[in-house]
Amino acid sequence: MTELEAGCAERLAPARDVAGLHRYRDVLIALIAFAVLASLPLFSSSKSLLDFVIRCSAYGLFATSLNLLVGYTGLTSFGHGMFFGLGAYSFGLIMQKLGVSIPVAFVATLAITAVIAAVIGAICVRLKEIYFAFVTLAFQMLIHSTILSWASFTGGDQGLRGGIPRPAFLGINLADHAHLYVASCALLILGLLAMRQIAQSPFGYTLRMIRDNAARASFLGIDVWRAKLTVFVLAALFASMGGMVMALFVSGAYPEFAYWTISGEGIFINMLGGVSTFLGPMAGTVLLLLLNDTVTRFTDYHGIVLGVVILFFALGLRKGLLDFVAEWFAHRRDAGEGR
Amino acid sequence: MDLDALAGCLSSSACLVTQTTSGLIIGMLLFLVAVGLTLIFGVLKIVNFSHGAFYMFGAYFAMTAYQLTGSFALAMLAGAAGTAILGLIFERVFMSRVYGADVLMQLLVCYAFVLIFDDVVRLIWGPEFRSMGMPAAFQVMPLFIAGGVVPPYYLLLIGVALVAAIVLGIGLSRSRIGKVIRAAAHNPGMVSALGINTGLIYGGVFALGGMLAGLAGALAAPVRSLTPGMGFSVLIESFIVTVIGGMGSILGALIGALLLGLIRSYGSVGFPLFTEGLMYLFMVIVLVSKPTGLFGKEAA
Repeated sequence: MTELEAGCAERLAPARDVAGLHRYRDVLIALIAFAVLASLPLFSSSKSLLDFVIRCSAYGLFATSLNLLVGYTGLTSFGHGMFFGLGAYSFGLIMQKLGVSIPVAFVATLAITAVIAAVIGAICVRLKEIYFAFVTLAFQMLIHSTILSWASFTGGDQGLRGGIPRPAFLGINLADHAHLYVASCALLILGLLAMRQIAQSPFGYTLRMIRDNAARASFLGIDVWRAKLTVFVLAALFASMGGMVMALFVSGAYPEFAYWTISGEGIFINMLGGVSTFLGPMAGTVLLLLLNDTVTRFTDYHGIVLGVVILFFALGLRKGLLDFVAEWFAHRRDAGEGR
Repeated sequence: MDLDALAGCLSSSACLVTQTTSGLIIGMLLFLVAVGLTLIFGVLKIVNFSHGAFYMFGAYFAMTAYQLTGSFALAMLAGAAGTAILGLIFERVFMSRVYGADVLMQLLVCYAFVLIFDDVVRLIWGPEFRSMGMPAAFQVMPLFIAGGVVPPYYLLLIGVALVAAIVLGIGLSRSRIGKVIRAAAHNPGMVSALGINTGLIYGGVFALGGMLAGLAGALAAPVRSLTPGMGFSVLIESFIVTVIGGMGSILGALIGALLLGLIRSYGSVGFPLFTEGLMYLFMVIVLVSKPTGLFGKEAA
C-alpha cells in the first residue's frame, strides 16, 4: 500500500462509520414509528382512524416508490399506477383461484410484477422525458383496458368481487381488522425502510447522478439503461405491495386501481409533499387523503377545492410541503450561524 | 374478439361506407382537438393537460347558445369564440406563470384545472347528461352511398374540420402571422428582441388551440351526449393522436387522428371490448419504433 492510498483509506473510514450510524438511526426511527402506529389502537378505538392509516399505508408505499423514479432518478412516470393495480389484481386472483396461503400469494405477486415491470421497463426507459411519460401512460391504459375486456378472468368493469379469502397464517389472521391494521403498518414501515436503504446506497447516488447528468454518468462507466431499468422494477415492486395492501383492505380489486388517475394522484402526492426529501411523498399522502376526506364531507364540488389547493402549491409555494419546511430550516440554521 | 364480423364487414360495401364515415368523423373531431394540443406544444412547449376541458366548454356553450337563439350558426360561433376567450385568459393568468418551470409543475397546474373546470360545468349545467339535439336544418333523410347510411350532418362536420385543417396549414406556412408564430416556436428570445410581443403570440396560440377544441366540442354537441368530464376521454385520445403523429406536427395530427378514428370504428366491429386497448397498443408500437412519432422531428 502506498502512502497515498493509506491516506485515502484513513479519510474514508470515518465516512463509512457515519453511513453506518445513519443506517442505525433509520432503523431506530422505523422501530419507533412502528411502535407508535401499532399502539394507536390502544389509545383510540375509532375504526375510521385505523382505516385511514391502512389507506395511508397503501398509498404511501405507492407514492414513495414513485418518488424513487420521479425524485431520485428524474423519470416522470405517468403510468406507475399500473403496478398498483397489477399488485391488487394478481394478489386477489391468486388468492381466489389458487387458494394458497397469503405469504405465498404475496411473493408470487411480487415475482409476477417484477417480470412484467422488467418487460415494460425495458421498452420504456429508452425514451426520454415527455415520451417516457406518454409511453408509461399508454401501458397503464393498455393494462386497464385488458382488465376491462378480459371480463371472464378479471370480472371486467365490476372488478374482482366475492371477496378475497384471507386464511390465517403463523397466527396472523388478516380477516381480523386489528391484525390487518398491524400488518399494513408493518408492511409500510418495512417498505419505507427498504426504499430508504435503496435511496441512500451507492446505487441511490448513481440514480441521482443519472437524474442530474445522464451523459456524465454514462462517461463514468455507468450503464444508465440498466440502472434505470433496475430502479423501474424496484419501484414497481413497492407499488405492487401498496396495491396488495389495498386489495386486502377492500377485499377485492377494481379497475379504478389500474386507471391513470391513480398515477395522476401519485404525481400530485409527490408534488404536494415534496420530492427532495425521502418522507415528502408520505407527508403528501397523509395530506391528500385528509383533504379528500374532509372536503368530500363538506361539499359535492370537491374538485374545485382540490384544484385550488393544487394551484396554491404549484403557483404559490412552487414546491412541496416538506421541501418548503426543509428550506425554511436550512435558512434558519444559516441565519443562526450568522451567514 | 369477433374476427368473422370484421371480415364480414370488410366484404360488404354498406358496412364499409358506414364504418369509414363513422371513423372519419371520430377522426376529424379528434384532429380538431389534437391540432390545438400540438400547436400549443410546438410553440409554448407546454403539454396542455386541460385541453379536454375546452372541448367540453365548446359543447356546453354551443348547447346554451342554441337553446337561447335557435340558430345553429350562432351555436358554433359561441362554442368557438367562448373557448378562445377562455383560452386567452387561462394562458395569460395561469399558464404564463409556469413557463420554463418543471414539466411536473405544468402538468399539475393543468390537472388542477381539469378538476376545477369539470366542477364548474357541474355547477352551471348540472351533473346529468344533456343533449343539444340535431338542428332542424339537418333533420333530413340520410344519404345512401353504396348501401351505407350517411347522415348529412356528418358531411358538414367533416367539411368544417377539413376547411379548418387547410386554413391552419396554409395560414401557418404562408401568412405573416404564421411565420411569426413559427419563428417564436423556434427562438422566442430572438423574436422578442425584434420587437414582437411574444406574450401576445403565446396567448394567441393558446386561444387558437382552445378555439379549435371548442369548435370540435360545438360540432360534436348535436351527435354526442354532454356530461361533465366528457373532455377527458377526448383528451387522452388526442394525446395518442399527437404522440402517434409527432408532437408539433399538424400533418401528423391529421394522419394520426384519421388512423385512430378508423381503428376505433373498425375495432368496434372486430374487437368490441378491446377497442380502447387497440389504440394504446398502436401507440406503444409507434412510440417504441419511432419515439418522436410518425411525422415528428428528431429532438435537437
